[in-house]
Amino acid sequence: MGLATFKGGVHPYEGKELSENQPIEVLMPKGELVYPVSQHIGAPAKPLVKKGDQVLAGQKIAEAGGFVSANVICSVSGTVKAVEPRRMANGSMVNSIIVENDGEYKTVEGLGADRDLSSVSKEEILSAVKEAGIVGLGGAGFPTHVKLAPKDPSKIDYVIVNGAECEPYLTSDYRLMLEEPEKIIGGLKVILKLFDNAKGVIGIENNKPQAIAKLTELAKDEPRIEVCPLKTKYPQGGERTLIYAVTGRKVNSSMLPADAGCIVDNVDTVVSIYMAVCKNTPLMRKIITVTGDAIASPKNFNVKLGTCYQELIDAAGGFKTEPEKVISGGPMMGQALFDVTIPVSKTSSALTCLSKDQVAEMEPTACIRCGRCVAACPENLVPQKMMRAAKRHDIELFQKLNGMECVECGSCAWGCPARLQLTQAFREMRVAVRASAKKA
Amino acid sequence: MNKLLNVSSSPHARNNVLTQNLMLDVAIAMIPASVYGVYQFGLKALCILLVTVAGAVLSEYVYESLMGKPITVMDGSALVTGMILGLNMPPEIPLWIPFLGSIFAIIVVKQIYGGLGQNFMNPALAARCFLLISFANQMSAFKLDGVSGATPLSVLKNGGSVDVAAMFVGRIPGTIGEVSVIALLIGAVYLLVKKVISIRIPAAYLISFAVFVFIFGQHDPAYVLAHLCGGGLIFGAFFMATDYVTSPITPNGQILFGILLGVLTGLFRLFGGSAEGVSYAIIISNLLVPLIEKATLPVAFGKEGKKA
Repeated sequence: MGLATFKGGVHPYEGKELSENQPIEVLMPKGELVYPVSQHIGAPAKPLVKKGDQVLAGQKIAEAGGFVSANVICSVSGTVKAVEPRRMANGSMVNSIIVENDGEYKTVEGLGADRDLSSVSKEEILSAVKEAGIVGLGGAGFPTHVKLAPKDPSKIDYVIVNGAECEPYLTSDYRLMLEEPEKIIGGLKVILKLFDNAKGVIGIENNKPQAIAKLTELAKDEPRIEVCPLKTKYPQGGERTLIYAVTGRKVNSSMLPADAGCIVDNVDTVVSIYMAVCKNTPLMRKIITVTGDAIASPKNFNVKLGTCYQELIDAAGGFKTEPEKVISGGPMMGQALFDVTIPVSKTSSALTCLSKDQVAEMEPTACIRCGRCVAACPENLVPQKMMRAAKRHDIELFQKLNGMECVECGSCAWGCPARLQLTQAFREMRVAVRASAKKA
Repeated sequence: MNKLLNVSSSPHARNNVLTQNLMLDVAIAMIPASVYGVYQFGLKALCILLVTVAGAVLSEYVYESLMGKPITVMDGSALVTGMILGLNMPPEIPLWIPFLGSIFAIIVVKQIYGGLGQNFMNPALAARCFLLISFANQMSAFKLDGVSGATPLSVLKNGGSVDVAAMFVGRIPGTIGEVSVIALLIGAVYLLVKKVISIRIPAAYLISFAVFVFIFGQHDPAYVLAHLCGGGLIFGAFFMATDYVTSPITPNGQILFGILLGVLTGLFRLFGGSAEGVSYAIIISNLLVPLIEKATLPVAFGKEGKKA
């Protein structure tokens, strides 16, 4: 079978059976909502409200603080309780707007109004996406209006919708593809309107045959849209690996996908673009999978941005066993949380609660040079040598070994029989390299 | 909040294959050859295997205890070294020689350079070569069914003809583990199926060796086949050249390494003083691994045609 794929990668336990058949449930927040002003790559947004202000659902409460930045939209109506630093999933304290929910969900005027795509100009699409506060919802959080405005739009010949969802345990994108496929096609049509020479490709791993079937059916009358089944392999949904699988083009760390004629957006981002442009609805919700062997009944939720993770856990029946590790995201690239009083942000995708922390009980042993890391690396690197450079903190050697091409996908560490913390070491080195570049 | 959860850097999931699983697989893969060796050469062969394994494990334990290092005998690497060394012994050798060999393998070749993963030569093979040089007579006295005989390779070297079918099964004089090609291939298939080793090194080794012998030896497929089945070639190609620590980690480097082995083995067998060549070819190529890796560093994804 000539399924589209890439070289390298690994096959971790998928764990998707826990939640893949659970339809998305709308979850209404109970407590306060927390909106960090930095849920994206780039400059933090500037708060537009202060303590005591009344806010409405759909209201812009913080404005993009630069060219690469994104607005923050309130997802409920109520009163601003405070503007103060709160902890986010990545562990950092970020200035946040805290809103007391009045439970009435009063919205701004015109929210949800239909707009006919044929009458919308390119400029209007971009400004609608920008106003809606949309960022890359697959986890990167890059502001979408910036991504959709490359230097030369005529050079873009592929718009790739990322429905790979290669991260273990996650089923939010899958449920979205099953339940709202028209919106994905609709959103893709909006994006294609920006790029006259492009065709739209929806890439989906072949462990989701129902999603492939559904979208293929919907795309059959769309001349510019096709579905590309992908081999199920981690990290198939990585931006570079996905571009390669779909187009055969290679993007490295010094290039943007646009340099290879590609625009890549996650399925949920595409749905959000559709909602922003055609339904006048900004980004106020996120689909979150709450899963893991410690959760009583794993589920997929449609959650208001700003909702506390604890509420999601409660709504999924709480813990059936005491979790040792709770991860914002999936086990391969997610952030481990030491506490679950963290708000759902634009880049949240899942809450994976594991009763056993596989990593904590592991003692690293000597590298036996077995080469499993080399075979697993999707970037064609030699992690074994990078690790030696990292151990000596040899920044120069690390760069020479193309350490800055590492995407921190975790494939090398996953398969290491010596249990070495390869990805962790590379992450530290990459930070050190960037810091030393700044100094110079 | 009352109790903090565990945090660590991603990934939070791991494969279940550990170093000792890999080592155990290599040991399992050598069982057919060991069983055949004991069947053919008798209890003496079993004693030799037990002595080398015990010697290797004991040396590792004693050395690490004395040096105050963590005890790593449970990782199985000493077991594998002991087995390889034992299978490389002639069945009639006095037991103290293989015992000395396992001490040399573990302490001089492996531990002094830093233990597992740090040795630059295959410990078992380096020890075998040490014994070959030190005890030339005992190390090259081969008997089958109580009768001294020349190995098929010596016969070939002296222009005689050999029975390839007997070599395939193993009814020939030789070291305990190298004689039965079929038993070795069963183990090799096990290693390949379990993905413990890749086919790159053995394939490059055997093909380049066959080509070399065909060109510089005799243009006769039967002659080439006899060379492939003879001596320690199959054993070496699948079990010793593929040793992780002492072979290149880069995919292209593994192919280059295999070709180098094939050429060196051919050179030693056809033009050298001894009929054998596998052990020396492997330990010499081991020394070139750092260079080979340097020359075959893969180009990073998306960096083709650009200077790194």
